[in-house]
Amino acid sequence: MKLIIINYGAGNIKSIQFAFNRLGYDAILSNDPKDIKSADKVIFPGVGEASSAMKMLKESGLDTLIPTLKQPVLGICLGMQLMCLHTEEGDTQGLGIFQTRVKRFSNRVKVPQMGWNVIKNLKSDLFKGVKENEYMYLVHSFYAEHCNETIAATDYEINYASALQHKNFYGTQFHPEKSSNAGAKILQNFIEL
Amino acid sequence: MLTKRIIPCLDIKNGRTVKGVNFVDLRDAGDPVELAKQYAELGADELVFLDISATIEGRATTLDMVLHVAEQVNIPFTVGGGISSIEDVDALLQCGADKVSINSSAVKRPELVNDLSSKFGSQCVVVAIDAKQIDGQWKVHLAGGSIPTNIDLFEWAKDVEERGAGEILFTSMNHDGTKNGFANEALAKLSDLLNIPIIASGGAGNVQHFIDTFKEGKSDAALAASVFHFGEIPIPDLKKELKDNNIEVRL
Repeated sequence: MKLIIINYGAGNIKSIQFAFNRLGYDAILSNDPKDIKSADKVIFPGVGEASSAMKMLKESGLDTLIPTLKQPVLGICLGMQLMCLHTEEGDTQGLGIFQTRVKRFSNRVKVPQMGWNVIKNLKSDLFKGVKENEYMYLVHSFYAEHCNETIAATDYEINYASALQHKNFYGTQFHPEKSSNAGAKILQNFIEL
Repeated sequence: MLTKRIIPCLDIKNGRTVKGVNFVDLRDAGDPVELAKQYAELGADELVFLDISATIEGRATTLDMVLHVAEQVNIPFTVGGGISSIEDVDALLQCGADKVSINSSAVKRPELVNDLSSKFGSQCVVVAIDAKQIDGQWKVHLAGGSIPTNIDLFEWAKDVEERGAGEILFTSMNHDGTKNGFANEALAKLSDLLNIPIIASGGAGNVQHFIDTFKEGKSDAALAASVFHFGEIPIPDLKKELKDNNIEVRL
């Protein structure tokens, strides 16, 4: 099993690596297109600001590589948002894998949403063995609007897509690597896809 | 619904927990990793490590500890204490910390909040504020509460929010250590004034205090140390009571 975490300078990727280690898998950090193309599974992480993250992706040519990948790819948090059509954060064009747009929560609620919230209407093999209304850890100011590719929903101000899937591409707004045992189960499911 | 968070706080010196910790079934109560794992198992929502090492060597040991916590613990954690530069934060995040908490260094150089939030994102910048109510005015204190300033708590909190802080950790020095409850009036005022999450700290003595800070204090999270470390309030019992009082928590 060759598991690659795309390392393009965004965020706390150590936590993701450690989470896979705890499951008994080595995950390699890399931004080398050859490595990424030949991997069995690819994690696309991201914490930070969208336009600067996209800039880093473009500089390394990963913006054109990622949409062509054929193996299972899991975008986490900003990673998922960058896989959408567009995000309001820095008015950033996304990779266009998920046919939805990313908007900012209004000031009617505290922003960022920070903490544990439930995921429901679970629809994918990614959630095999995960119960409805399971708690996940989320930290985000922007959310993906629902679309046909929604595979989990969460309520915060509105009901939004907390996970997406299009063919081999998966995205979670929450951080499975920080979401206790249920989060670990989702990572295990991803490995087994 | 987003749940209220319960956050045990561990004081770390030279990579070890200090202040007494009295946990049954713990081989080494001084080992922060083992303690952190135990808290994660018990249902803590997050952890805060406060580094009180005074030396460079002590801080290096703390970095090593952070790495081990990140390796073994599957809930988020914040590291605070003595952080004053982008490099300090970068090193902690590289070791796997999810957030950092800055305090005196932000007061001395407020641009640090801007710098950190633009470089690493607001989500990982917690601004800790220690304040004391003197003649009805809440004044910010520095260096663990030992140095008073003329800065108003609410003005400072609003300022750091505008500079990009992702969260405020407010400790009331009037309440800290008293076990008489949190500073709910000031907390509620902060919560109304700001649009970022507020963590209540200082004064936890019993379960009712947590209920009160979530209801009256409008706090998003509550942090405590001794009541958890000495098993006075077991976290599973606390969360069950909160749930019974219609407060959303992760069970």
